[in-house]
Amino acid sequence: MLVLRLLEDQIERLRHAVAPSAQHARGGGAEARRVVELGADEVDMVVDRGAFLAGRYAKVYDEIVQVKEAVGETHLKVILEVGELGTYDNVRRASLLAIAAGADFIKTSTGKLSSSATLPVTLVMLEAIRDVFDETGRRVGMKPAGGIRNAKQAVQTLVLVHETLGLDWLTPDLFRFGASSLLNDVLMQIRKQKTGRYQSPDYFTID
Amino acid sequence: MAELEQRGDRTPVPSKWDYASAPESREIVTLAERYGLFIGGEFVEPRSGDYYETIAPADEEPLAEIPQAGAEDVALAVSTAREAFEDGWSAAAPAVRAKYLFRIARILQERSREFAVLESLNGGKPIRESRDVDLPLAAAHFFYYAGWADKLEYAFPHRRPKPLGVAGQIIPWNFPLLMLAWKIAPALAAGNTVVLKPAETTPLSALLFCDVLRQAELPPGVVNIVTGDGATGASLVKSDVDKIAFTGSTEVGKAIQRELAGTGKKLTLELGGKAANIIFDDCALDQAIEGIVNGIYFNQGHVCCAGSRLLVQESIYEPLIEKLKRRLTTLRVGDPLDKNTDVGAINSRQQLDKIEELVAAGNEEGAEIYQPPCRLPEKGYWFVPTVFTNVAQSYRIAQEEIFGPVLSVLTFRTPDEAVEKANNTPYGLSAGVWTEKGSRILWMAQRLEAGVIWANTYNRFDPASPFGGYKESGFGREGGLHGLEPYLDFREDSTEVTRG
Amino acid sequence: MAERRDRLPVRKTYKLYIGGAFPRSESGRTYEAEGQNVARASRKDVRDAVRSARAAQPKWAGMTAYNRGQVLYRVAEMLEARTREFAELTGDEAEVHAAVDRFVWYAGWADKLAQVLGSANPVAGSYFNFTVPEPTGVVGVLVPDEPPLLGLVSRLAPAVVGGNAAVVVASESRPLAAIELAEVLATSDVPGGVVNLLTGFRSELAPVLAAHMDVNALDVTGADGDIPELERLAADNVKRVVRGSVEDQSPWEIAGFLELKTVWHPMGV
Repeated sequence: MLVLRLLEDQIERLRHAVAPSAQHARGGGAEARRVVELGADEVDMVVDRGAFLAGRYAKVYDEIVQVKEAVGETHLKVILEVGELGTYDNVRRASLLAIAAGADFIKTSTGKLSSSATLPVTLVMLEAIRDVFDETGRRVGMKPAGGIRNAKQAVQTLVLVHETLGLDWLTPDLFRFGASSLLNDVLMQIRKQKTGRYQSPDYFTID
Repeated sequence: MAELEQRGDRTPVPSKWDYASAPESREIVTLAERYGLFIGGEFVEPRSGDYYETIAPADEEPLAEIPQAGAEDVALAVSTAREAFEDGWSAAAPAVRAKYLFRIARILQERSREFAVLESLNGGKPIRESRDVDLPLAAAHFFYYAGWADKLEYAFPHRRPKPLGVAGQIIPWNFPLLMLAWKIAPALAAGNTVVLKPAETTPLSALLFCDVLRQAELPPGVVNIVTGDGATGASLVKSDVDKIAFTGSTEVGKAIQRELAGTGKKLTLELGGKAANIIFDDCALDQAIEGIVNGIYFNQGHVCCAGSRLLVQESIYEPLIEKLKRRLTTLRVGDPLDKNTDVGAINSRQQLDKIEELVAAGNEEGAEIYQPPCRLPEKGYWFVPTVFTNVAQSYRIAQEEIFGPVLSVLTFRTPDEAVEKANNTPYGLSAGVWTEKGSRILWMAQRLEAGVIWANTYNRFDPASPFGGYKESGFGREGGLHGLEPYLDFREDSTEVTRG
Repeated sequence: MAERRDRLPVRKTYKLYIGGAFPRSESGRTYEAEGQNVARASRKDVRDAVRSARAAQPKWAGMTAYNRGQVLYRVAEMLEARTREFAELTGDEAEVHAAVDRFVWYAGWADKLAQVLGSANPVAGSYFNFTVPEPTGVVGVLVPDEPPLLGLVSRLAPAVVGGNAAVVVASESRPLAAIELAEVLATSDVPGGVVNLLTGFRSELAPVLAAHMDVNALDVTGADGDIPELERLAADNVKRVVRGSVEDQSPWEIAGFLELKTVWHPMGV
């Protein structure tokens, strides 16, 4: 029951965040500054995967630092695009790099790639966040996107967060789902819990 | 239902978050009130007239009455097995033996859930383990050895192996059905017949297995099950079998070896262990933690090859111990039939006493104990996952097999020192090595005196992979091609008993 | 069961088996065999079959050996259940029993090959050295005309148990048992594309298979007098050419379709 309440709460927050104010920032600080001036609450940027896979970590790092400087207090989400990184070692490396460069949130992918946010990838990212917290006290958020389509997967992911980072991370300030089709499945599960019957998508509007 | 608390201007955070219980239903299992001995394809009453009660260790609930086989019962079982061997099984075409074993494997697969629930109920291990490890491996063992039954000439080229005859097999309580599979599958594949004694506290899955034999239409007398305590085992050792296979404590193994001295009977022993789980500073740390936890808390530490001695390289000691202690706080101890449970019940009062005795010794000798906060059920046999640090090699908790969820931590500086400490024990069943460096894995594997070495993993078993110990952990191998050898007669001059 | 005298049976249509499905020949051609219209496969069907095999092979090879063994045992289960049907088709129940038993025998090899064909090698130096057998990839199989079921099974089972995918050219004069076997395969958890079965004129199909640059091995057991020409064609991509046995069963029949990989790694602190 609590899980569904938490999800409802997060979905509310998601609605606010996804409203026109969140923008994708590419191309460094200038673009990022412009987007913040336009009124964005949050800025997303994608890691330069080419540079990362070529081992040019300093370049990747500098780019994130620049963007963070440009957006100031505004929340910066760094998207790792884990589907292209190839190994879990690289996912951890990219996570630590992004966090060190100033990310407030690390995110698996833009969500367009179908299944980035697998449980193992999510775990690796959460462990990086946990290690940073242990060593520095700094709290970084995580957002899995791409592949979480139903309530069951969402619950499994929440359990992962709970087991790895504890209760403190079970808040939209530090953990959010990037999942567009998730909401209706959650609503279907809530209805099923209340009525005891399996539901049909026909009874839940898509807008 | 958890509470949400407001923290300043941040959004609410739950103040606690408990998981709902996820019990596996017991309904799939039907228990008889009283069982018989399985001899000659039927359940018969023990001539001894004695019965004892078997319980569920999670809450001490009595489950059924079990026969206590006496010497006469054992003798009957052995002579029945002998008849079955001479009158049919040894002469059966190997391809026919193979098919019976395939049938058993398939039936076990189909009735997996039923067996898993029964195993957890009677033995105390979490349902996730019996469902995901014990049962699949047991079925796989029968499947694997089924394939060898009619291919022995390829397993042993230029040799003409024959079955030994009747094998007496004594198995422990920690993996009741799996140990049964490890024993019966190769024995039958090689053409022998069997008298098997399950452990005193865990007879039920073996007795249910007899129903699988009925469904497979295995000829009567090929497999016989005699239940009872150590005395029953002793009768079996002394009886007219051609071979004894024993898995259990080193102490009893030695007694069996003494008993069989001079008799010419073949013997294999799979005994205790005090395995070193060795962590180098270049390991994948989070994975090593999982490997350590699995190594000693899997099956409540009731594992002969458990990684009960943690050898940590000094340069990584602090962060590792911290992560380990934190990981212990997320282990869930509880009802074996709950799918959320990580650590189940201790198998018996006797075993719990032993664990408590050794833990007390650890405290007395000066080791530092850590136990995560954990609420244990009132009834039943339980022990909290425990870690001892500041352990010296000479402490009882570093030398003696505890066979419980208790880990002893020691340190080392160089690989040579790790090898030395790891080998400094009369045991030699298994070892673990955690490092990202391939050459070091192989170097360590070369030098560790252990029959099974796990690198960057732990507690992995497979019917194709030979398992067995060095030194006082026993001799002979189970699994793989090598697992056939203990059940075959390679002598040129022995009488031809098989054809085909 | 009492049948009405005027009940008209529904006749089976005999098609090819490619990629787990049952298509007609892309050429639309058929020929008559055993009193039925049977698909007469073309070179394009061979092309499609090889493509399916190649696509399916990595996943089949990537399954655990235990898994592959279980799939082949399931084939035996399904075949056994249809003994009567196959006995009617082949005219020989003993042949059907032998075919079932042959599947069971080969199924049991899947998780043992590495132990019998592989090795840990004691090289002179501080190296760990081991040899493992691996599937060669896509295997073309030319099956003898007789016996119609056992001939096929004797060549197919050893080809696939080690992780290869197969394109099989069935008996030309007696193809029906082969197509029925394809139905058995389709209901036995064999992934689509692992076995592909073509019926038609061997003289048309064999050279295409032998010359195909994406086929790794060719089993010419059923090729009769055409072998020298097929072997010449096979040389163009250095195919492994195998002449096997229909009567015998042995791990060496499997080994003909396997490669051997040897790996070295230093041992040191």
